[in-house]
Amino acid sequence: MSEQQEPVTGIEVPIYLKYNFTAGAGPARFLSQVKKGVLTGQRCPRCDQVYIPPRGSCAACGVATEEEVVLSDKATVQSFTIVSIPIPNNPIQPPYIIANLVADGANISFIHLMSECVNEDVRIGQRVQAVWKPEEEWDYAMDNIRYFKPIDEADVPVGQIGKLPVSGWKG
Amino acid sequence: MANLAAVVGIGQTKYTTKREDVSIAGLVREAAQNALQDAGLHWDEIDAVILGKAPDMFEGVIMPETYLTDALGCNGKPMLRVHTAGSVGGSTAIVAASHVQSGTFKRVLTVSFEKQSESNAMWALSSPQPFSTHLNAGAGGYFAPIIREYMRRSEAPYNVGIKVAVKDRLHGARNPLAHLQRPDITMKEVEDSFMLWDPIRFLESCPSSDGACAMVIACEELAEQGPKPPAWIRGVAMRSEPTMYAGRDEVNPQAGRDCAADVYRQAGITDPRRDLDCAEVYVPFSWYEPMWLENLGFAPEGEGWKLTLEGATSLDEDGDIPWNPSGGVLSSNPIGASGMIRFAEAARQVRGDAGDHQVKGARLALGHAYGGGAQFFAMWVVGANKE
Amino acid sequence: MRDIAIVAFHQSRAVADAGACNEVEMIMPVLNEVYQQVGINNAQDVDFVCSGSCDYLQGAAFAFVAGVDALGAVPPIKESHVEMDAAWALYESILKLRMGHADSALVYGFGKSSPGELPVVLSQQLDPYYLAPQWIDTVSLAAMQARLMLDQGMLTERDMAEVVSRSRRNAMRNPAAQLAGDVSVEQVLAEETYLSPLRKADCCPVSDGAAAMIICTVDKAREWGVPYALITGIDHRIETHNLGMRDLTDSVSTRQAAEGAGVGAGAIDVAELYAPFSHQEIILSRALGLEGSTSVNPSGGVLAGNLMMASGLSRIGEVFKRVVSGEAERGVAHATSGPCLQHNLVTVVEKA
Repeated sequence: MSEQQEPVTGIEVPIYLKYNFTAGAGPARFLSQVKKGVLTGQRCPRCDQVYIPPRGSCAACGVATEEEVVLSDKATVQSFTIVSIPIPNNPIQPPYIIANLVADGANISFIHLMSECVNEDVRIGQRVQAVWKPEEEWDYAMDNIRYFKPIDEADVPVGQIGKLPVSGWKG
Repeated sequence: MANLAAVVGIGQTKYTTKREDVSIAGLVREAAQNALQDAGLHWDEIDAVILGKAPDMFEGVIMPETYLTDALGCNGKPMLRVHTAGSVGGSTAIVAASHVQSGTFKRVLTVSFEKQSESNAMWALSSPQPFSTHLNAGAGGYFAPIIREYMRRSEAPYNVGIKVAVKDRLHGARNPLAHLQRPDITMKEVEDSFMLWDPIRFLESCPSSDGACAMVIACEELAEQGPKPPAWIRGVAMRSEPTMYAGRDEVNPQAGRDCAADVYRQAGITDPRRDLDCAEVYVPFSWYEPMWLENLGFAPEGEGWKLTLEGATSLDEDGDIPWNPSGGVLSSNPIGASGMIRFAEAARQVRGDAGDHQVKGARLALGHAYGGGAQFFAMWVVGANKE
Repeated sequence: MRDIAIVAFHQSRAVADAGACNEVEMIMPVLNEVYQQVGINNAQDVDFVCSGSCDYLQGAAFAFVAGVDALGAVPPIKESHVEMDAAWALYESILKLRMGHADSALVYGFGKSSPGELPVVLSQQLDPYYLAPQWIDTVSLAAMQARLMLDQGMLTERDMAEVVSRSRRNAMRNPAAQLAGDVSVEQVLAEETYLSPLRKADCCPVSDGAAAMIICTVDKAREWGVPYALITGIDHRIETHNLGMRDLTDSVSTRQAAEGAGVGAGAIDVAELYAPFSHQEIILSRALGLEGSTSVNPSGGVLAGNLMMASGLSRIGEVFKRVVSGEAERGVAHATSGPCLQHNLVTVVEKA
């Protein structure tokens, strides 16, 4: 045992664990609608705010969101970033835009991709609309929307973002 | 009503990309032993151990306190494991302090760590969940849009973040434990560095580090007997709010403002810029310095960036309120430990024991940590005096 | 030090699979129940909140953050979290009350274990260099422990079956139980072994659910005008992770915690023990010095349903219920963490 040994500086121990993930009752209602190409939010019975995607509760009030609200697939850019590195487990190539978007009729933003745009022209308040995958590819997933693209509508003033009705922006 | 408590020992490891010479247990033990040595104590003089780290998924060890008890001399003693996301290092110090402030224990050891080289934080934070779009390109992808909104609101010049990145690296060059040692860094170099998540450049982001930080916290009577001056804990506060709710101000979170107000009230601080001598604040992306300057009340809303540009937060420019004299998270980031390092470095300042990054005559300092989607906050104020 | 009162407790029914419910949907009804017991609206009405959970149960980092979505934490609240059973969240909360930074606290724990294979998931709790790579699951480790005891004549398979039979029968009166029934010792012994020497019935089921408790100062309990019980002692101790260095037939850390909590200061009417395996109830009863007069696991214990990360808190809640109802004057609750009872917490609950 006296002979000089190379120091052990690491071992590889892969961990594989399998989970059967459940979305939740509230999210499941949302996903069932997304599968049909419809974006729905859920309204808080206490503060009236509309959440998308619903996660089971109004986080501000700590109560379940029950009432379904059909939303538009038009949205407003609340903020965004141009990303220059790849996402683990995602084939999308940089640079790409990840934006916080608020759908018309909702009061909270969700994260999605923006495309068909000049990256340098993207701005807070910009109007966008969903570009859906072909219907035969629709599943229980937000990925049914491939990305959002800019549309020819006037920008929304910052104070109005997150407060538009489902009928949209008449700016 | 809380009993007086003080930091009487501080131990850290040298922060670096890979500590290949130690296991996870070896890493935490090194920090703990350094803290004991600093306090002039032995393992059997510790009553309990409070351990903190970021998600178990980072290293893939579930509830690692069960495995680490041997390395931390905890057998036969109480062991508590705290996890409050990125703020965990700070929360852990606060929970450790409560063991003494409640009068339950006389002297406890607290340790937090991350061994990022034995983990993949980016993967752990981006593990795909079915049903949702998995567009989480690490923490930067989450915080970049929030920074962009701050820039819009404040109309801050584009180079504020660049200035912070340089300032904290120059501070780090004074601290031999800091991971990044860049005494030669320039504004141009930061500006020319790769744009990762626009507006966050590579050099405006924290590194990925291995490291651990430990402190010994003791009751009043024992603190006065230590070989070095104690850092008296003058206030502790934690606040949480949900990640997402309609109308949430992500740029200037209410939880951060409330937490600061609480800890200032306890420490008798009415004007933080005037009353505090320095602050160690969790700034993982450079723009978070001006954002937190406002959130923590060092500057009016929309004007935090002015302090940064004036050099008020810089040791090298002889600023009146140095922020992150240790180099901060931008110079070293062992995630789970980063919050505790802020708390420990604040304590080093008021003990007059911060070496080349000592703020002259520091008597009162703030330690700050945040986590999750900037929704979990932990802060303490430590002082050279009991009150 | 200030006296700590328990004023409310509830746990969801332990179920093998909570189905469509996600974590926040599991937690909210339980929280509502404890709010109602003291007549408050939400977490805004207490001074501190602390929870216990484990990311790995659902396989995602920061899984616990979802718990905050159940609280109504706007405006922001004083809140903390332990990656441990919620019994330790209670411990942290008690320190907050003792130091005067809170007069009341909400404590909750939750776990949805059904999405993964819990015994396999927990194998990754072991030493990451030597043990975890061997994927030794928790049931196998417990089986080894039972084997040691059987071989040393410290118990018999009949003793273990008696624990199971009593659990199943007691659980018939527990609406939250997952496994209950009039099961005889002979029926248990007639079962084939699963992981020798353990039978399936010797092992707790895997359950989904949540539990919550509200504690406060005595003054606050009087202000709320609700019945309460007192926590007169609480302590917890951990022992070595190296199973080869431990006497697995005993629980030294339980003895130490029991001494610290003052268990021996009086008679014990009721004991709720977190024993996921039948033989562990025997180890724990001995370590706590329980005598024949103590009613052990009247709820059925965790053999009747095991809410991972909440079962320890539930044990304390079950004792609280019995003290407040007058069924018992003084009780002991136990919580555990780690393989083969590595880390143990003991609480003494007494009539106010």
